Amino acid sequence: MPQLITFKDKGLFCEAGNFYIDPWKPVDRAVITHGHSDHARFGNKYYLCHRFTKPILQLRLGDNNYQTTDWNETINMNGVKVSFHPAGHIIGSSQIRVEYNNEVWVVSGDYKTENDGISGEFEPVKCNAFITESTFGLPIYKWKPQQEIYDDIIRWINKNKENGKTSILITYSLGKAQRVLQALKETTQTIFAHGAIFNMQQTLIDAGFDLKPVVRITPETPKELLKETVVIAPPGAEGTSWMKKFHPYSIGVCSGWMQVRGNARRRNVDGGFALSDHADWNSLLATVKETGAERVFVTHGFQAAFSRYLNEKNIAIGAEVKTQFGDEDESADSPLEIKNEESESV
Amino acid sequence: MIENTEIENKSPATSGLQLFAELVTELSSSTKTNDKLQSLVDYFAIAPDADKVWVIAIFSGRRPRRAVNSRLMREWCLEIIDIPDWLFGECYSTVGDFSETLALLLSEVEILKPENENLSYYIEKFIHIEKEDESIKKKFIVESWGQMNSKEKFVFTKLITGSFRIGVSQKTIVNALAKTVKISPSVIAHKISGNWDPATTSFDELLGEDASVTDFSKPYPFYLAYAIDDTVESLGDTNLWQAEWKWDGIRGQFIKRNNELFVWSRGEELMTDKFPEYFILNDLLPDGIVLDGEIIPAIDGKPLPFAVLQTRIGRKNISKKQLQEAPICFFVYDLLEYNYEDWREKPLTERRKKLEEIIQPIKNTAIQISEIIDFESWNSLAELREKSREINSEGIMLKRKDSVYKVGRKRGDWWKWKIDPLTIDCVMVYAQKGSGRRSNLYTDYTFAVRNGDELITFTKAYSGLTDKEFAQVDNFVKRNSIEKFGPVRTVKPELVFEIAFEGIAASNRHKSGVALRFPRMSRWRKDKKVDEINTLDDLKKMLEVYGK
Repeated sequence: MPQLITFKDKGLFCEAGNFYIDPWKPVDRAVITHGHSDHARFGNKYYLCHRFTKPILQLRLGDNNYQTTDWNETINMNGVKVSFHPAGHIIGSSQIRVEYNNEVWVVSGDYKTENDGISGEFEPVKCNAFITESTFGLPIYKWKPQQEIYDDIIRWINKNKENGKTSILITYSLGKAQRVLQALKETTQTIFAHGAIFNMQQTLIDAGFDLKPVVRITPETPKELLKETVVIAPPGAEGTSWMKKFHPYSIGVCSGWMQVRGNARRRNVDGGFALSDHADWNSLLATVKETGAERVFVTHGFQAAFSRYLNEKNIAIGAEVKTQFGDEDESADSPLEIKNEESESV
Repeated sequence: MIENTEIENKSPATSGLQLFAELVTELSSSTKTNDKLQSLVDYFAIAPDADKVWVIAIFSGRRPRRAVNSRLMREWCLEIIDIPDWLFGECYSTVGDFSETLALLLSEVEILKPENENLSYYIEKFIHIEKEDESIKKKFIVESWGQMNSKEKFVFTKLITGSFRIGVSQKTIVNALAKTVKISPSVIAHKISGNWDPATTSFDELLGEDASVTDFSKPYPFYLAYAIDDTVESLGDTNLWQAEWKWDGIRGQFIKRNNELFVWSRGEELMTDKFPEYFILNDLLPDGIVLDGEIIPAIDGKPLPFAVLQTRIGRKNISKKQLQEAPICFFVYDLLEYNYEDWREKPLTERRKKLEEIIQPIKNTAIQISEIIDFESWNSLAELREKSREINSEGIMLKRKDSVYKVGRKRGDWWKWKIDPLTIDCVMVYAQKGSGRRSNLYTDYTFAVRNGDELITFTKAYSGLTDKEFAQVDNFVKRNSIEKFGPVRTVKPELVFEIAFEGIAASNRHKSGVALRFPRMSRWRKDKKVDEINTLDDLKKMLEVYGK
């Protein structure tokens, strides 16, 4: 019997249901885990996504044939049962459960297990085969509890204020920005933002999410108003002339990659905060165990190391899955992700 | 909810290893020299004296001997967290730093009882356990890990295994100490140089008022020149300038005090015993003298290439043959102390005159004065400079005749005017990840030239590209890897670079038969294709012309 989900040129394919999950080339029917642009791309004839994901796709991909669903609702596609389950990665992010002939497969998409209060609480889903990400699939990646990191960020902001500096926090516009803004809303009244951050935040607020509004920085925003404030900007703004306006400033980067000193030093940033929207080593292992899956396909990250570990420790039959984006152990900072400001890259 | 006050009230460390760990964190995360300086000044203001002495020692390259080797610590770490050795290897190649890898892997090892002993306590422990059994070492290391937070684990392991490469220059340390004890930087620089043992030297002995003359071996800080960035004509009247050859050896300082000879390298390494040729100079030089010059092999007064000096560096036992083929000489540039008096503030012409008086009567092959170049005009000097390579010189040094001998690298009075490097166009064939700041990025490359249809590797290079270019090449490597051998990737031979280097020598250790001196990437030749690169024959011709 063929595998329920196979790995094709265009992406993860379910032949029985005739649909792809997060395809990287245009297809007729796409099931989308979440709104980051390496998972949700242009050109598909039909998109099935969580209802929270739809406004994000509309902002980024324009009008398309979208169908939405809620978590834990079952949709029948050619006799295959498809359902969405919270992945905790960003707003709307979902794992996709696929059931056919009493066999259950789950595609994790990107996920994190710590509840950030806005992305939904991750639920492990029992299955026979689990396709998991492994962006941070090495035991050097063990996150501190998020509150400790938020405290570090707030302490850093306070210190910058004392020194008369503006605090520029670099975050991806979808996901990390909302999370950081939520963490700062009690301690910082007005937060300024780059246009890319503002657009996303406003889209989500308009769609009904209870998020902190930000003030958009325009060429007209007076320099004095920005003194000693907190500014949220996407990685693309780092090192550009846009930053001049905030002088004197400190730059802080919020990304799991900041766990390793070399990454912070290479980027020449003043503050590196290892705040990630991906599962760390312990969460990846715990999740694999909780799904009860006999087979685990590892993608997107340190797949060679993580799958080998699963095999050696008899946790599951692990296999690495090559994507079109190049060799194993490097999708972490794969060329694709460097170009793509949405995913966490170096 | 976040309690703002609670966050602010978290009290900072005031002593112990934690204080040192915070210092290292601040130094490695700050990008501005002034911030680093301030961190050091703050540290010196509150740290215990014994710890300060160790910090000075560590940041000036005086580490205690390695008490425990890293292979053992790796084993103990694997035992504690129960992961296989290959997984440690994967982590290490991603992090690029052994101590940091350990600290990250052990991040969840519970803090049993935070001890927070001082830095000096731990270093003294290292010295004690160096000769002890493995089991005693293990007990100490593993227990210590259990009492530390991640930052402490990192510095603790780093103290054992390696040097702190966190961008703190000797100059920054000196300036921070100068601010702390209120003495001028040049005096501080002199006091902390030389042959002192941090285990037996107190802070007062090192930097206090009576702390000078006791150490007779102490060298002066070297005066270093920048490369001239404008035309030589901009230096004005040629009569104001003294020109000398720039020799390609090891910059060194000769000290004879109390009838004992000390030879220091610029890297502050005591090299007296490495060059037996020099022993006789203790009888020939007057007492109370300090000379600046170049340690360089020479026959009949003519310098030999650096590759010849390399046959002598690092050798403990020197054969007769080596003494004959690579006899070491000291080419003297300058006089820093005469008759126990500091001459650095006197003008160069006066120092030079005295130097000639002292050195010229000494007829010995182990010492000679570095000659002054006579020249009429900048043009005629430029012509002479073209001949540098023929006499194994790197170019010309220009020094103002009225210049004093300064401390460190300074602009204005001294300039180096080096010859243009040799260059060759070649293609990148292997790539490897860098370490430290460049961990996780492919920055270390191997290059090849053509030989018929074959590509022959001949050098590695790690520097010369901008961060942006490194990112582009890294991207290329990831998309165009052909094979993987451990950490090394074989890459599609497509990217052409111009490699600049200072010298070339025959080598039987390399397939190409040549070894380059100071190779670096001078240009990314995006305009060139692989079939346009240089050939092995081109390299061999260069070897014939310059490899003598």
